[in-house]
Amino acid sequence: MPHVDAPSLAIEVRDLTVAYRDKPVLWDVDLEVPAGVLLAIVGPNGAGKTTFIKAVLGLVDPAAGSVLILDQPYRADRSRVAYVPQRGSVDWDFPTNVLDVVLMGLYGRIGWFRRPGANHREAALKALAQVGMESFADRQISQLSGGQQQRVFLARALVQDAEVYFMDEPFQGVDATTERAIVELLRDLRARGKTVVVVHHDLQTVPEYFDEVMLLNVRRIAAGPVSEVFSEDNLRETYGGRVAFLSAALARKNA
Amino acid sequence: MMGFLDDYTLRTVALGAALLGLAAGALGGFALLRRQSLLGDAISHAALPGIALAFLLTGSKSPVVLLAGAAVVGWLGAVSVDKLSESSRIKYDSALGMMLSVLFGFGLVLLTWIQRQPDANQAGLDSYLFGQAAALVDRDLWVISIIGTIVLLLTLLFWKEFKLVSFDREFAHTIGMPVRYLDRLLTGMLVAAIVIGLQTVGVVLMSAMIIAPAAAARQWTDRLGVMIMLAAVLGAISGVGGAVVSSLQPNTPTGPAIVILVSVFVTVSLLFAPHRGLVFREIRAWKAGRALRVEAVLVDLYALASQHADSSHPHSDRVLDVMASMSGASRRTLQLLRTLGFARQIDARHWALTPEGEQRARSVLQERKGGRV
Repeated sequence: MPHVDAPSLAIEVRDLTVAYRDKPVLWDVDLEVPAGVLLAIVGPNGAGKTTFIKAVLGLVDPAAGSVLILDQPYRADRSRVAYVPQRGSVDWDFPTNVLDVVLMGLYGRIGWFRRPGANHREAALKALAQVGMESFADRQISQLSGGQQQRVFLARALVQDAEVYFMDEPFQGVDATTERAIVELLRDLRARGKTVVVVHHDLQTVPEYFDEVMLLNVRRIAAGPVSEVFSEDNLRETYGGRVAFLSAALARKNA
Repeated sequence: MMGFLDDYTLRTVALGAALLGLAAGALGGFALLRRQSLLGDAISHAALPGIALAFLLTGSKSPVVLLAGAAVVGWLGAVSVDKLSESSRIKYDSALGMMLSVLFGFGLVLLTWIQRQPDANQAGLDSYLFGQAAALVDRDLWVISIIGTIVLLLTLLFWKEFKLVSFDREFAHTIGMPVRYLDRLLTGMLVAAIVIGLQTVGVVLMSAMIIAPAAAARQWTDRLGVMIMLAAVLGAISGVGGAVVSSLQPNTPTGPAIVILVSVFVTVSLLFAPHRGLVFREIRAWKAGRALRVEAVLVDLYALASQHADSSHPHSDRVLDVMASMSGASRRTLQLLRTLGFARQIDARHWALTPEGEQRARSVLQERKGGRV
């Protein structure tokens, strides 16, 4: 259970609106995420899921809205937030190795003009062990499989030792081993009182993996505990007419 | 060789070219990884109107003044490309191409106009087009050394920051790095590295000094530090080599000699570097193909054998040719199978599986089944 003085809300988003050249991508989105919760953001392609995370993190400029993380603006203390971008957002042919990428998670703490030391290396190796990649520390990143790339990115976020984690499609195109490793990791983070927001595309696994869910399609359709808001009506409203594949997801939930 | 050191001109040119090669190579490494190879091209071409404008404004032909003009306009060109691609629908590379040709054209117009003036003072500006290394003097060398050293020191100082913004800008942003300032700093350093090469190599060819050493270095290593260092060293070697070649061969201009030398490095690296070189890749593809052919014929033999009670029953190679019309069997593959101990030749035309071959074929089939899930 959270400490007495812990903030009740990990993330508080008000009226978040983002537009690309007059076209709204996110419209007036509110979201409140309690601390210690695993939350999935689901919605069709182009619903603004990635944009939502990027706007919360200040990577895209919102047209309107405010974001508080642990009762503070994000810029006030970046060390409490960790970000796992989509794996396809970087060039994996970059000349570097696995350990080096994980160490990048510590650059904020290491500070200007200094090089990572032995203690940083140790922390990075520990994070790699948590995702089952410790034997890959010296491996060139160009030689990793998709799932291994994903786990390296997760290790980089773990080493940040943040309070709130944002992950963009961590389950996208990964092997079964990696999927299990990520699920275990999410549960471990929750057990340690961390809050995790995950952009997710597989409706079937939402009830199994997550506590809360936000259904997003430019507007927020619904958000809250999975048992309350992950309903056929809400899914239909989020995904429009394409509901044939939804019944399976719901069957899972009701099982 | 020792005689060269006594030659004032050669010594000056060689030192200057070495230093510009170091700086251009190192900065080019980052430009290459950030997919900004063309940025160097745009900056160096934008330098031409900068040189002409500096002359028009000051009336001075002092290299320091002209290069300052080149730096200012080169920097403005690079920043405008950023702004243009951010604030309009024009793509970054189109914006670069436009900036490059527009500014270079403008520079040529200014240069022609200056040369038409009835003033004898204007001669010599056009030497910046292709460079005129022989005109380097001690004072130029000082300028090159100081700027080159600053550029290299900044690279070391901001090493991990430059690495992170080159690899993952958005992540760098989320941990609070001033990504935009680091971008500008790298661009500024690139401008500086280009400007100190203009006297020696010239605006037209300078971009080769940015791209080529980096492209060659990337072929040989998967480590950023090694790559940047190698790019700098290759740049320096090309610089010195070009200076020596042009002093040995009268009428060979230094700039083009340097660029030809660096192109040789690129060609050799593209072809022969281990892992990434074309020759290495061809060999690897050929080996993989051979392994596949061996497996295919082995499996064919196994399929034939399984139709007989006795698995060592001999089969004609013609049957195998028919079966292998898809998998590409050949006499050579059968010979290879024999060398590996998987098949034996019964007579001129007939072949049979050995027990080892049978076992290997079974495990190949097992793997294929497993892989198809």
